[in-house]
Amino acid sequence: MNLETLIETLGLKCKCCWEKLKTTEVRGGYAGDLLSDVMANSSAGEIWITRQVHQNIVAVASLKDLAGIVIVQGASPEKDTIERASKEGVPIMVTDMAKFEVVGKVYRLLSEG
Amino acid sequence: METRKKLLSDEDFPESLEGIYRIQGRDFVDAGIISSEVKKSLQGKGIPESIIRRIAVITFEAEINIISYAEQGTIQLFIEPDAIIIEANDIGPGIEDIDLALQEGYSTADDSIRELGFGAGMGLSNIKKFSDIFELTSDVGQGTRLKSIVKLNG
Repeated sequence: MNLETLIETLGLKCKCCWEKLKTTEVRGGYAGDLLSDVMANSSAGEIWITRQVHQNIVAVASLKDLAGIVIVQGASPEKDTIERASKEGVPIMVTDMAKFEVVGKVYRLLSEG
Repeated sequence: METRKKLLSDEDFPESLEGIYRIQGRDFVDAGIISSEVKKSLQGKGIPESIIRRIAVITFEAEINIISYAEQGTIQLFIEPDAIIIEANDIGPGIEDIDLALQEGYSTADDSIRELGFGAGMGLSNIKKFSDIFELTSDVGQGTRLKSIVKLNG
């Protein structure tokens, strides 16, 4: 499933890298707020669901070739985070939903194919 | 000073040295930039993506450790015919008990580090997990040296 379909289905709001949404394939998901956990256990092409908003999340997503980052619970990414994400080509999405709900919806969506 | 002198000797600049990167302690704003540089310099050289991602994890954790705990440090990248080598040297407090520091979950990070999602006590164990060969030595009050080797032929 491409990122654009996932965003539309779940009603997420995209904050940057719109040009990449159609061509970015989401191959799975990973949820976590500990950066070392995500570094170690996420896989390329997965969408990362987190409550962290500072710019170091962009480095993690970029280094692991993740499909994008969903920031949950109505949190706003810092300005520097969006700037860095635009530069590195890491799509960032936001939602008011809690992490549990986003994870459940993404899981169901990806399982259904 | 010993560490700095050692870095500048000819012995430490073999042909396989691809890059040497300086890192300033406590500079969380730039965290990850060195790891991105290292990743970029490995791309386009026929090195498998899976190997590059392992190096990315190793470099990121080494970079974060220097930023979190040391005054300053360097990361060196070597590309050998059969392996990629990452060396991280820092001038800093050092590690008193290396076995304890390697235990997953053990951390001396303060709250400011933890708030950023670091300091979970996974950094060193991640580096070890993603390395084929891992060496960690330290002089308390002086600094820490880390060497990680990832073999190219599995």
